Amino acid sequence: MKISYYPGCTLKTKAKNLEDAALASMAALEVDFEELPRWNCCGAVHSLADDDLIHHVAPVRDLIRAMERGSDKVVTLCSMCYNTLARANLLMRDDEVKRKTINDFMDEEKDYHGEVEVVHFLNFLRDEVGWDKLRSKIKVPLEGLKLAPYYGCTLLRPKNVSIEPPGHPKIFREFLEVLGARVIDFAASTLCCGSYQILANPEAAETVAATILEGGINSGAEALVLSCPLCEFNLSKKQGDLLQKNMLSQEVPTYYFTQLLAIALGLGGEVCRFDLNDKISAELLKSKSLPSCDQAILT
Amino acid sequence: MPITISEKTIKSDFIEKVKKLSGQNIHKCFQCGTCGGACPMSGQLATLPRKIMRMAQFGLENEVAESKTFWTCASCHSCSVTCPRGIDLAKVMEALRQLSLRKNVNYVEPSKLPSETVKEMPQIAMVSCFRKMTS
Amino acid sequence: MSDAQTAPAKSTPAQQVATGDRAILPEGAKTIPIYVMGKKYEVPETLTIMKAMEFAGFKFLRGCGCRGGICGACPTVYRKEGDYKLHFGLACQTVVEPNMYLAQIPFYPANRAGYSLDEIEPTAEAIFALYPELFRCVACNNCTKACPMGVQVLDYISALKQGDIAKAAKLSFDCIQCGLCASRCMGELPQYHIAQLARRIYGKYIQPHADHLAKRVAEIESGKYDEILGKLTEMSKDELAKLYKEREREPDLAPLGTWMPQDTQYL
Repeated sequence: MKISYYPGCTLKTKAKNLEDAALASMAALEVDFEELPRWNCCGAVHSLADDDLIHHVAPVRDLIRAMERGSDKVVTLCSMCYNTLARANLLMRDDEVKRKTINDFMDEEKDYHGEVEVVHFLNFLRDEVGWDKLRSKIKVPLEGLKLAPYYGCTLLRPKNVSIEPPGHPKIFREFLEVLGARVIDFAASTLCCGSYQILANPEAAETVAATILEGGINSGAEALVLSCPLCEFNLSKKQGDLLQKNMLSQEVPTYYFTQLLAIALGLGGEVCRFDLNDKISAELLKSKSLPSCDQAILT
Repeated sequence: MPITISEKTIKSDFIEKVKKLSGQNIHKCFQCGTCGGACPMSGQLATLPRKIMRMAQFGLENEVAESKTFWTCASCHSCSVTCPRGIDLAKVMEALRQLSLRKNVNYVEPSKLPSETVKEMPQIAMVSCFRKMTS
Repeated sequence: MSDAQTAPAKSTPAQQVATGDRAILPEGAKTIPIYVMGKKYEVPETLTIMKAMEFAGFKFLRGCGCRGGICGACPTVYRKEGDYKLHFGLACQTVVEPNMYLAQIPFYPANRAGYSLDEIEPTAEAIFALYPELFRCVACNNCTKACPMGVQVLDYISALKQGDIAKAAKLSFDCIQCGLCASRCMGELPQYHIAQLARRIYGKYIQPHADHLAKRVAEIESGKYDEILGKLTEMSKDELAKLYKEREREPDLAPLGTWMPQDTQYL
């Protein structure tokens, strides 16, 4: 089985902490990934208008690149990329008419019929690595950390690309438990963070972001765990504005799930690029005196 | 504010366009309001999605266009997965956006965004916003 | 193209052809029909589009520059009879084909941002701020298909979206700024202007700088070579020729760093 890795644009800049921690973890878990040598932006959102096929071309082109590498699976870390690639893939598998139109338009590429499978890294860890194997590799259990997993929208909706059967998602909980953390479920964990409305209607987006953050704190969590750079922007980078506007009562640390994975695997803080997180996120980890990573975290 | 509905106000071509673009039978909506309950933006909406659906059923093109509801939608699909009638409301909202954008009018103007805003945003914020809000 | 020169002199007129840079029709040369902006013209085969248009009576005030395939002034779009596909080329480089339908696109409106290269931050974010429309790319690849230089336009736009200025600069190196990419762009991007900014930032801030070059420039500016240059400009042509012929030359294929001239006063 050959596995391609599709990073997504933001993971190469502002969300380097999401990517670097994941790549180091993959290496530690002896997972053989190959980043696609050639890829384009997936488009971040799935086109929902029935006649708008041109916007499916970007993700399909990436899937063709994975097929050309001889890959069975393409693994993603970013929730939005996962959603966009997975939905385009289903479209190419299931809709014969649209598939033909899209393939005909891309006359410079090979025809694609949904040959590759799109997998989010959380699913990959559960289904290909396995919780038991992962548990056996944990060197620094995240003991004493009370973490609230935040799914957002694109890992779960719509139903046909949900990373788990719709209903009560538990994969994030299981993952964090394997890492040794205490997991706090909270009602807003599947509420949308405001997404791209942070550009168009920032106040509306800030209001939902504040609701989510307050929901997390009030449930007793010390930090939120994320898998999407846009959620991270709305829920973490915008906290300063929320505090200033009295929409938020206190700062809330946030981590990408891959950063916590790397810490738990004993890979130290360096691969986690905590310089891209808010200061309090690294400080919280340090305050827990987790063995073998406390010094590296802030450097 | 009362809205007058008569044979003259019902724009059937608008209804057909919404149905075709969204691929959804908007007449299935029976006004339960589950969509508004699930919508993370409902606190910000002057017109809840239930009302948009009703207006669309009656072909009230101008009333729909004047609401900001579909411009406040984040395509999170919370409404779509909870609708008891199986309507994918996110697709209806997309159809309404498209009907406006296809006149070569932008809702968000990329060229007018402040530099500082563009610099601080993650790329996916711009990509997704421009896909949904520029023509 | 050299057939005309090497063809036997005993003329078989039907085989005579015009050559790429000559608009004078040899006697008996074969002509073919082409359509320029919808109007039919009979032009000699084997001419370039530019020469064929001049043969047909067009006079270029714009849409023509170097005539050598490098200035980007004569981008041309054409279709072949009975085929839906668009083709692109430079008028000065592309040879006419029978029944091609063509129009020149010497200019296409494209947003070019203003900036000061001395003040710009050498970051991807600075490029994003000047060209936010970058994020409207839909990866349709029409840009790459339109490029007469074979530049992988979509790939450099993708690299920029990923924040990789160096990759974008390298991938776009062959761009001649003709603007055909922008004319075909679904996202209304000015790809070639964005790439130019990437190359400028790469050249000024990212690419390693050669220390010896800066040193030599400083020496020149300090006047180290003024005297010898002054002497050279006052020499007669014969003196200059003599000096040139008698100059010390590094032997061909001399291993690197093994040769030194006898006269080192100007080093």
